[in-house]
Amino acid sequence: MRKLLSIVTVLGIASALPHAAAASPEQDLKEMRAHFKKQFPNVPFEEYGNGVYALDPGARAQWEAIEDFPPYELGLENGKKLFNTPFKNGKTYASCFPNGGIGIRQNYPMFDTKKGEVVTLESAINACRKSNTEEPLKDGKGDMADISAYMASTSRGMKMHIVVPNDPRARAAYERGKQHFYAKRGQLNLACADCHISSAGKHIRADLLSPMIGHATHFPVYRSVSGALGTLHARYEGCNTQVRAQPFKLQSDEYKALEYFESYMSNGLEVNGPTTRK
Amino acid sequence: MRQLTSILSTATSVAALLGSLMLAPAMATAAEEAKAMTPIEQGNKLAFDNKKGNCLACHQIAKGELAGDIGPPLVGMQARFPDKAKLRAQIWDSTRANINSMMPPFGRNKILTEDEIDKVVEFIYSL
Ligand code: HEC
Ligand code: HEC
Repeated sequence: MRKLLSIVTVLGIASALPHAAAASPEQDLKEMRAHFKKQFPNVPFEEYGNGVYALDPGARAQWEAIEDFPPYELGLENGKKLFNTPFKNGKTYASCFPNGGIGIRQNYPMFDTKKGEVVTLESAINACRKSNTEEPLKDGKGDMADISAYMASTSRGMKMHIVVPNDPRARAAYERGKQHFYAKRGQLNLACADCHISSAGKHIRADLLSPMIGHATHFPVYRSVSGALGTLHARYEGCNTQVRAQPFKLQSDEYKALEYFESYMSNGLEVNGPTTRK
Repeated sequence: MRQLTSILSTATSVAALLGSLMLAPAMATAAEEAKAMTPIEQGNKLAFDNKKGNCLACHQIAKGELAGDIGPPLVGMQARFPDKAKLRAQIWDSTRANINSMMPPFGRNKILTEDEIDKVVEFIYSL
C-alpha cells in the first residue's frame, strides 16, 4: 500500500485566477463571476448550480430524465421523518433553528460571531442534537445527509446568501478555505482550482469538469456509485483522495472553511438540492 | 462519443483517472510479459495504465480511448522535442517549465520510477 502523500505547495498556487491575497470576499466574488462569464459566455449565471449539466446538453437530458423519478426520494422521506420526530426530551430540530429550520439552507454556512467559528448546516444539526442530549450523527451519508437534504428541499428556489461578517476570525476562515481551494496538493500536485477553474468545461478522461461557482447550491447529492445521498464534505474527501492527498475529517475546521469559501462563491444562485450526479 | 461517455460513472473514471492507491505487487507473469515487450511497448502500457502514467486523463494519444483534453494531443513529438532530454524533463517535473502546470510531476513526486519514466519517454518519442 503506497502511503498517501499530502504535499501542499503553497508556492504552486494556480495563478491567472482571481485570488489576490489581499482581495476582499466581495472583490473575489466579482472577479470569479467575471472569469466564468468570459470562459463560458453562453452559460447564463442561474445555470451554474447545475454543475456539468449547465455545460453538456447530452448529459443534461439524461440527468433531467433521472430527476423525473429521483432516486433520492427515499432518503428525502427519511430526512423529513427524522426532522419531525421528537427527541427523547420531546423537542424537535425545529426548536434549534430560525423559522423552525424551514427555508434556511441558503444561509449556511454562517459565521457564529459569539463562538468565532463557521457553522455548517450539518454541524448545526449535530449541535442541536447535543443540546437535546442526543448522540451526534456521522457526516457523509445516512441520516445526517438525509436530514440535510430535507432541509435543503424546503429552501429550493431561495438564493444563496452567505455572509462574511466584519470579524477577523470570519475573514480568516474564508481565507483558509480559499487557500485550500488554490493550493496544489497530493502526490499528483493538483489544486481544486486546476480542475474546477482552469480546466472547467474540459474533460479529464471521460469526465467533464464543473465550474466551482455553484458547487455549494445542490448538496446533498445522490450518486449512483454510493447509492445514497452524500454531503458536500464527502465530495471534498473524494476530490482530495483522487489527487492522492490525505483527506481531512468531515466537518473539520478545514472543510468547514472550504465550504464557507465555496458557498460564498455560490452567492446569488438558487438552492437546488438535493439532486443527483453521476 | 461524448454522449456515450457521459453515461459512464464519474466515480469509475475518477478512480481510473487518479488511479488507486494500491500498487499491486509485481506478479511473476507480469514480469515475464514485460520482458517480452519492447521498451516502447512497455512505455505505452505504463502511459495508458490508470494507476501509472494515466496520460490519457489529459492527453489524446494514438490508439488511446476516451482521452481527456486538458493537455495538448501528444503527436509529432520528435519535432516538438528535438532534444529528448527536454521531453524527459517535462514528464519528470512539468512545473519547472510552468510553475502552474496541471501536469503531475511524475519523477519529482515519485509517481513513476526513473526506469518507468525512461520507458514512457521512449513511447512518447515514438509518437
Ligand atoms: C483532478 C481533478 C479534480 C480535482 C483536483 C478536484 N476535483 Fe472536484 N471533481 C472532479 C470531477 C471529475 C468531478 C465530477 C464532475 C464534476 O461535477 O465536476 C468533481 C466534482 C466535484 C464537486 C461536485 C460538483 C457538483 O456539481 O455536484 C465538488 C463540490 C468538487 N468537485 C469540489 C472540489 C474541491 C473543493 C476540490 C479541492 C479540494 C476538488 N474538487 C478537486 C475532479 C477534481
Ligand atoms: C492532469 C493532467 C495531465 C496529465 C495526467 C498528464 N499531462 Fe502532460 N500536460 C498537461 C498539460 C496541461 C500540459 C501543457 C503544458 C503544461 O502546462 O505543463 C502538458 C504537457 C505535456 C507535454 C508537452 C507537450 C508539448 O507539446 O509541449 C508532454 C510531452 C506531456 N504533457 C506528456 C505527458 C505524459 C507522458 C503523461 C503521462 C505519463 C502526461 N503528460 C500526463 C497535463 C497533463
